[in-house]
Amino acid sequence: MTRGLLHPTRRGLLMAGGAGFLTAALPGYVGAQAAPIKIGFQLHRTGIGAAYGRWYERTAQAALKAINDAGGIAGRPVEILFEDDATDPKRGSEVVDKLTQSDGCDLVMGTLFSHVVMGSAPRAGELKVPYLVCSEGYHVASGALNRWTLQPGITDVRAQISTMAPWVAANLGKKVTMVFPDYAFGHDHRDFFTAAIQAQGGEVVAQIAVPPTETSFTRYFPQIPAETEVLYHVMVGPAVLTFVKELGEFYGTGAKPALFGFIDSLEAVDTATPGLEFLEGSHFWEAHPRVKAADAGEHEGHYRTAVGVDDNGASVSDAKDVSTYSHMFSTWETLYFIKQAMEASGYSGPGDRQKLVEAMEATTDLPYGIERPQGAKRFNGKTHQVFGSQHISQVQGGRLVKVHTTTIDEGLYEDAVDYTTMSF
Amino acid sequence: MKVWTLHLALLAVLFTAQFWLSPYHATNLARIMVLAVFAMGYNLAFGYTGLLSLGHALLLAAGMYAAGLPAQLWGWTAGPALIAGLAGGGLMAAALGLLALRTAGVSFMIVTLMFAQAGFLTLLYFAPITGGDDGFAVAAASRTLLGFDLSTDTPRFLAALTIFAAGLLASLVLVRSSFGRTMVAMRENEERSRMLGYNPFTVKLAALTISGLYAGAAGAAYAILFGYVGASFATIQYSILPMLYVLMGGAGTTLGPFLGALLMFVLIEAATGVTTAHQFIVGAALVVLILFAPKGLLGTLRERWVRWLP
Repeated sequence: MTRGLLHPTRRGLLMAGGAGFLTAALPGYVGAQAAPIKIGFQLHRTGIGAAYGRWYERTAQAALKAINDAGGIAGRPVEILFEDDATDPKRGSEVVDKLTQSDGCDLVMGTLFSHVVMGSAPRAGELKVPYLVCSEGYHVASGALNRWTLQPGITDVRAQISTMAPWVAANLGKKVTMVFPDYAFGHDHRDFFTAAIQAQGGEVVAQIAVPPTETSFTRYFPQIPAETEVLYHVMVGPAVLTFVKELGEFYGTGAKPALFGFIDSLEAVDTATPGLEFLEGSHFWEAHPRVKAADAGEHEGHYRTAVGVDDNGASVSDAKDVSTYSHMFSTWETLYFIKQAMEASGYSGPGDRQKLVEAMEATTDLPYGIERPQGAKRFNGKTHQVFGSQHISQVQGGRLVKVHTTTIDEGLYEDAVDYTTMSF
Repeated sequence: MKVWTLHLALLAVLFTAQFWLSPYHATNLARIMVLAVFAMGYNLAFGYTGLLSLGHALLLAAGMYAAGLPAQLWGWTAGPALIAGLAGGGLMAAALGLLALRTAGVSFMIVTLMFAQAGFLTLLYFAPITGGDDGFAVAAASRTLLGFDLSTDTPRFLAALTIFAAGLLASLVLVRSSFGRTMVAMRENEERSRMLGYNPFTVKLAALTISGLYAGAAGAAYAILFGYVGASFATIQYSILPMLYVLMGGAGTTLGPFLGALLMFVLIEAATGVTTAHQFIVGAALVVLILFAPKGLLGTLRERWVRWLP
């Protein structure tokens, strides 16, 4: 009698049955191990924020790899789903919707431009999904948004600006003329710096608002009062090169005020670009020094290697591809913030989103480490805003050299909102 | 009869869509219906009257801010805010028309573009009130209508559908009326219409004002239903979008704007899932459309097969 599939032995049957049980149990085991945490990333891949978006994606990918290599979040692997919002608020809210409802992400993060944050946050609130922005706008801490929107990875512009005033007054001068773009970003600088320099015994002697459509700036320079000791400039976008060049032509080789600017003007732009020579010797705010500082912390090198940035702040594969170094760390730090809060709250799925936000709100001190390569932070759970130290760098030989670092305390201000009293 | 059946059937299908679509797709359909109202208004000006405007973003924003600002500043609820938005779009269009309709053709395009740009810069200039480029989120209290919370799925969908249905049926009645035929006469031969005793200026002004009412309603609906008001809606992009919707769906067809808005939305959604160069796909699709169906999908359909399509 031949034995085969139709006539199995008893041992064969037992083995097959055992194997069957094991196979049946396997998906459950694999599922428990492998069910990834899905993080939606609202990315400025196209539109005005594309230069930032490119580096935000690279930095987030690097942090993702580091987190997964170290065991993921609470033992679960992590995935990031990137979705382009075209740097547009309308599309932004659609992207929050898509990432949450269609892709099933646990939360959404990564938005930089303030208007996209403003346009998207209401939808995040409706969907009751944590929305962690990397924007530096004062929109979160001002109370304009909702309980589901937080900014745990980067200090907001109000704190950044306020911390600059003491150093400017003490080192550059007390009579300041401000040149800024005539929209929300420029207005933040106008309002917060004017107040901050007055607190230092200084004054803003002129405020020159430049319409955002302007392409030539020569006609604005005669408005700069002769008594000006410091020219504070925050022009952004492609026009910044023209702005600097025309400013250089205006002053020529004669006496000129000290220049102080925000690196936002020159993010993703090489400071040694021809036409920017006039910036030599001038100072810039930087959140995270683009050129590796001599006293950089122990994790700086590892962070740069992971993201693929050299000591000058450019891509290791293309020295002309300059990073948005003073902003992109926020995506790295936000991912580690998510990891910390998820592990602290015992997060297991979308049903725990409220618990997750409460754990985030309970966070306070965030010490320096590979999780926070820019520096230690302090999170304010009431205002949903993080605070960190800032830096001032000087252009020396076409390179940015860090000359000053502020403390976290210098950037603190009174709370304008308590989100923890709002309902979910 | 066929015409009414077709339109009412579409509305019936849209009504039932909330039951068989996922919440995600139903919300997107609500967005599409609001955008389609904007496009229907554009179609009345461009598709039927021949007014190629590059300034409709101004009218959309007029409605959006006319609804959003009273909600923000004085706590208006959705009902009065929507009416204010409708009026805001209409009044802005009438004012724009009084000045811009002194020109025609390319000059009209440039003048409308210029006014829209001036409107955008005005919103930035008065940033302390308008919120500038950042804009503002509309408070939850202002997003209620007759006790219904318009920030929740079903009331929002029904509100969008109601506005869309009113806009669609009104446009159908309008284009089949004698005034609608006068609008088409302006598009086809303005001089001949003048010779027949019509005043092109008043006809075009009326058409543009009606178009503005649609744009205003859409802007107000977006503000109230989706909770955000911002100056980006006053940028040139939002003058081009309704034109693309109308060109894709079929200029001078009542259902073309909805079809165009729907297809464009679906195309962007699908393309972003396939490639990071999704804008290229959208651009390529438009080029193909212009090459092979220059009258848009429904325009081509009407020309070749379904001649009764309004």
